[in-house]
Amino acid sequence: MIGGLFIYNHKGEVLISRVYRDDIGRNAVDAFRVNVIHARQQVRSPVTNIARTSFFHVKRSNIWLAAVTKQNVNAAMVFEFLYKMCDVMTAYFGKISEENIKNNFVLIYELLDEILDFGYPQNSETGALKTFITQTGIKSQSKEEQSQITSQVTGQIGWRREGIKYRRNELFLDVLESVNLLMSPQGQVLSAHVSGRVVMKSYLSGMPECKFGMNDKIVIDKQGKGGATDEAGKSDLGGSGGGGGKQSIAIDDCTFHQCVRLSKFDAERSISFIPPDGECELMRYRTTKDIILPFRVIPLVREVGRTKLEVKVVIKSNFKPSLLAQKIEVRIPTPLNTSGVQVICMKGKAKYKASENAIVWKIKRMAGMKESQISAEIELLPTNDKKKWARPPISMNFEVPFAPSGLKVRYLKVFEPKLNYSDHDVIKWVRYIGRSGIYETRC
Amino acid sequence: MLCFHVCAGEIFELKAELNSDKKEKKKEAVKKVIASMTVGKDVSALFPDVVNCMQTDNLELKKLVYLYLMNYAKSQPDMAIMAVNTFVKDCEDPNPLIRALAVRTMGCIRVDKITEYLCEPLRKCLKDEDPYVRKTAAVCVAKLHDINAQLVEDQGFLDTLKDLISDSNPMVVANAVAALSEIAESHPNSNLLDLNPQSINKLLTALNECTEWGQIFILDCLANYAPRDDRESQSICERVTPRLSHANSAVVLSAVKVLMKFMEMLPKDLDYYGTLLKKLAPPLVTLLSAEPELQYVALRNINLIVQKRPEILKHEMKVFFVKYNDPIYVKLEKLDIMIRLASQANIAQVLAELKEYATEVDVDFVRKAVRAIGRCAIKVEQSAERCVSTLLDLIQTKVNYVVQEAIVVIKDIFRKYPNKYESVIATLCENLDSLDEPEARAAMIWIVGEYAERIDNADELLESFLEGFHDESTQVQLQLLTAIVKLFLKKPTETQELVQQVLSLATQDSDNPDLRDRGYIYWRLLSTDPVAAKEVVLAEKPLISEETDLIEPTLLEELICHIGTLASVYHKPPSAFVEGSRGVMHKRLPARTGSGESTESPDVGTIAGGSGTETAPSIIPSQGDLLGDLLNLDLAPPTTTGPPPPTSGMQMGGMDLLGGGLDSLMGAGFGAVPAVMPASLNAPMGGGLGDLFDLGGGVGMPLGAYIPPKTVWLPAMKAKGLEISGTFARRAGVIQMELTLTNKAMSVMTDFAIQFNRNSFGLAPAGPLQVLSPLSPNQTIEVSLPLSTVGPVMKMEPLNNLQVAVKNNIDVFYFSCQYPISMLFVEDGKMERQVFLATWKDIPNENESQFQIKDCHLNSDAASNKLQASNIFTIAKRTVEGQDMLYMSIKLSNGIWVLAELRVQTGNPNYTKSMNKSHLKLF
Repeated sequence: MIGGLFIYNHKGEVLISRVYRDDIGRNAVDAFRVNVIHARQQVRSPVTNIARTSFFHVKRSNIWLAAVTKQNVNAAMVFEFLYKMCDVMTAYFGKISEENIKNNFVLIYELLDEILDFGYPQNSETGALKTFITQTGIKSQSKEEQSQITSQVTGQIGWRREGIKYRRNELFLDVLESVNLLMSPQGQVLSAHVSGRVVMKSYLSGMPECKFGMNDKIVIDKQGKGGATDEAGKSDLGGSGGGGGKQSIAIDDCTFHQCVRLSKFDAERSISFIPPDGECELMRYRTTKDIILPFRVIPLVREVGRTKLEVKVVIKSNFKPSLLAQKIEVRIPTPLNTSGVQVICMKGKAKYKASENAIVWKIKRMAGMKESQISAEIELLPTNDKKKWARPPISMNFEVPFAPSGLKVRYLKVFEPKLNYSDHDVIKWVRYIGRSGIYETRC
Repeated sequence: MLCFHVCAGEIFELKAELNSDKKEKKKEAVKKVIASMTVGKDVSALFPDVVNCMQTDNLELKKLVYLYLMNYAKSQPDMAIMAVNTFVKDCEDPNPLIRALAVRTMGCIRVDKITEYLCEPLRKCLKDEDPYVRKTAAVCVAKLHDINAQLVEDQGFLDTLKDLISDSNPMVVANAVAALSEIAESHPNSNLLDLNPQSINKLLTALNECTEWGQIFILDCLANYAPRDDRESQSICERVTPRLSHANSAVVLSAVKVLMKFMEMLPKDLDYYGTLLKKLAPPLVTLLSAEPELQYVALRNINLIVQKRPEILKHEMKVFFVKYNDPIYVKLEKLDIMIRLASQANIAQVLAELKEYATEVDVDFVRKAVRAIGRCAIKVEQSAERCVSTLLDLIQTKVNYVVQEAIVVIKDIFRKYPNKYESVIATLCENLDSLDEPEARAAMIWIVGEYAERIDNADELLESFLEGFHDESTQVQLQLLTAIVKLFLKKPTETQELVQQVLSLATQDSDNPDLRDRGYIYWRLLSTDPVAAKEVVLAEKPLISEETDLIEPTLLEELICHIGTLASVYHKPPSAFVEGSRGVMHKRLPARTGSGESTESPDVGTIAGGSGTETAPSIIPSQGDLLGDLLNLDLAPPTTTGPPPPTSGMQMGGMDLLGGGLDSLMGAGFGAVPAVMPASLNAPMGGGLGDLFDLGGGVGMPLGAYIPPKTVWLPAMKAKGLEISGTFARRAGVIQMELTLTNKAMSVMTDFAIQFNRNSFGLAPAGPLQVLSPLSPNQTIEVSLPLSTVGPVMKMEPLNNLQVAVKNNIDVFYFSCQYPISMLFVEDGKMERQVFLATWKDIPNENESQFQIKDCHLNSDAASNKLQASNIFTIAKRTVEGQDMLYMSIKLSNGIWVLAELRVQTGNPNYTKSMNKSHLKLF
């Protein structure tokens, strides 16, 4: 198991050091600093073995978190724990920075004591932790409160405490998708996938039992065969989709927050859970079939002699004309020996940024089924470098108000048998945002 | 500049604050102390004052004091006792959070005296009414076991811990499982976890309810269970599969491990088997959208899974395409998997991608991409032509390292498809001048030599390399020598001068024994029988195999059992990087039931049952798993999982070995002096250095290391008439196993093959056993088998034990023998004086051992010379008070250095030898 955990600043000074096992000595702290933080070349692996000691590290801005062990630990677990640790710290004091860590070191030690015992990760849900680890000092708790805390930390529903009350029961669902594309210069899709997340923010009283439904092909097909069940279409929340009128989508794979009952999903493909209070990432999913690609990039690069390049890029928006895409940015890489650039664009603003070796073209808003174009002349310095310019791909950023995968939320039903509010009393909001992930076209 | 010693003034100030009456001030002071502790300052002087703050209702202050205690208790054990009372009291506190805190902290204080006081509170906490206290106490048992294993057993904590597996609270179950698994690792045979269908059922129930971390502990534990039959295996798989949709990648990977392992037991024609295979792919692909560090762990594991079951991901090639912004470690791993998945169906896509990558920036990545193109050509025959033309395009870019890499892989393509793509040679020759890496130069020279008859100016090309012959690396020199000899055999008329030149360069002007030997062989061949030379040098070469970098099957099986762990990231068994006995246990995949493997396994019972002889060789006991390990000789996977017991530390073993060797130093060679055998405990370690002194006699022995006489390893009566005797020798840097095979049976023996079990120094046959003609009854042949030291490593007892399997047309036979450690001393074992000095100082005293060598009538110089012949190098010599002190270094083939001091008293025939052994880089 994890033998020790260290946090360093960018200079390699130790901010936090907690050793759980005897086999990890103080020299381990220095070994990591010398061999990884101060190493000259780029990090070649997130796992480093120095003198039979293994170091796992992640970096957040300029802070290094390192877990150390001498045993054959579960490597995936160690990284998951390090990420979780970052989440917990962020939930307590915001951004992970040197200053914040120094100001909160007592709190961090307290948290570490609680979430990692003898190198074994324990309950690390911030919802539960915040009930008994606070920055303001512990209030004296009554006996009932104490046992409530312990049963929550160890219980089956470790992510939610009992007795939550809201005057207005409300929930927000965000379907956030990032659409990834790699396209050949000829316009052939080399790979495309959507990775999506359903983020739920809930302000619900009691211990509400929730059921989430979407236009999952497997579910829809099953219902189609077995006759419409009572759930279908009752409280339809969908409707703001942008692309075609697809009925259902094929989900390649999905993973769920630990509150979702996985065995139930496996057996019936229904998503039921008691949500944590506040925000949580309910589900992640991935689709590859029938993706709506919101933009198409058509590049044209022509080398005119040895000292000049002509670039023309056309972008086409491919969604309902009534919808607007925002924050559009096209990044056209230029060779390292560029001496000057002239750009003409029909829409938005374009600028050559020498420090980034790219022409950056920004458009604030663009409606569906439109087309825009940029052309540039790039002057090059003659070089005797034999190696050809690698031509990095043209990348794009954007945000569209629909889910490129075609996913639609069909319902989210809330039951709380003990309290007197029903599904109809809950105010529900749904929003779809599609963003570009790695959206590249080779040129 | 950081001041690590806190100034006296600061300590004084803190002391005053700690003893202040005001609570707030006290707390602030303790915080300051902890802050100093974190940056490594020594604040242990404040121990009594901090402990005084422990008696408080303020939980936050208490936690801070506990933190301090955990850090300093070990250095101040007597004062730590002061804290015991408070701990014991806290364990009775009405607040469960405080009870748990006390028991958790007490377990972290690693002071023997305190652990005695810990037992009673721990016993209570294990049965506490509050689950939070119980789950903390469960981990505490593992802590206590780490400090004092005996105590835990005596106090019966293990049984209490086992009871917690049936606890009503899932988190208590998970922590109990984690603690038991850890304890079980240090008692490999204890059957602590005692997994049976009932307890498995409990675990599977808890799996649905506990935290993500608890699920990982339980899944990792489940993976160690051996289901009784395929039905049980299937039902476990069914209950584990829902975990594949968990958001935590570690839960997913651990579930994959369980499924991959238990799947082995399912009959392949079962519908469920196919369903399971299909279910595995999507979660594995999803892992690739995790953070880069986790992607890396996932990719390393996918690499194993793809080798074990290529069918799972064969349609998912696209997800392994490299993204421009991937970190380099992700890129390199993806590339590896792309090649493994390449097939005729997707090769066009793969090639297009690889070509794209070959223009990237990172040199390592580009090289690997170029190499990958070559591997595709060898793997998918239909694509070979396209690969070659892609490589030619890349050569045209003239980027130096791309060209070099391309030439190396084209050489391999020639080896796979001879007489097909030779038209490209002209293009290759154009780039001759730009090659500056030995591997590329050697590859190019090989090509020129191999196709000398088609290259008009082959002689000129090779001659141009000859000018700087002595500056080339050995690889290039050897290749050049062979290429010119090939050229000569093909075009004898024009190249006579050239061949003479290279032969004299190789034989007369070179210090390299390999090169010299090869030179002489060619020379003699050419001068005695040119026809034979042609047959030898221009013989048809076997085609190279498809995949050269697959992980060896037994290792792969073991790694599959370690999916998700560090072992799977390093692609090494845990024993290779974990110290001590922990985790050295070898894991195996279970066998498919009902495949009837028992009929195939050789009848070991009869071998072992034979009457014992008094000679050294011993027959390996009939352990099914050992056999499986030995050589995959058409054996089905073994059913039992009883690995050889782990043994004490490597270091000690090594020392004993040398010690034993020296003790028996006088055993031979000095005929006049009666051998005095010291009453050494290390008798079985014979051989060793002792034999080296044999050279002292110097009679009729050629220069070189000592070779012990042959002994009978496998008597005929135990091997159905085959008698094997043998010895080991080190000749020109190559370790050789010299065998005498005698057929004492009535029938002819053929089809000999040999294989070694993993052993301490990774010895493995470097080639097949060369028994060309059948061995007729009563015939004896001598075989010499070159050995390499790059095979898989596993510690043996005794250290120099080697388990061997020999197969012939009759049966498979097993025996074990011991090799002299001196065989492993390598030629470059001479350490720099400075390094020697520094290393000698660095080695802790525990690693030193001393031995007396009696009655050795050699002066120091003679001894030094003799030892040098066996690669024991004298680094320095000094004379103190009539004693000669020799300092010597030895390097073993696995990189371990042994440093020795030999004290010779003139006139006194007794030597004192003290050994210092360091394991600078074991792996």
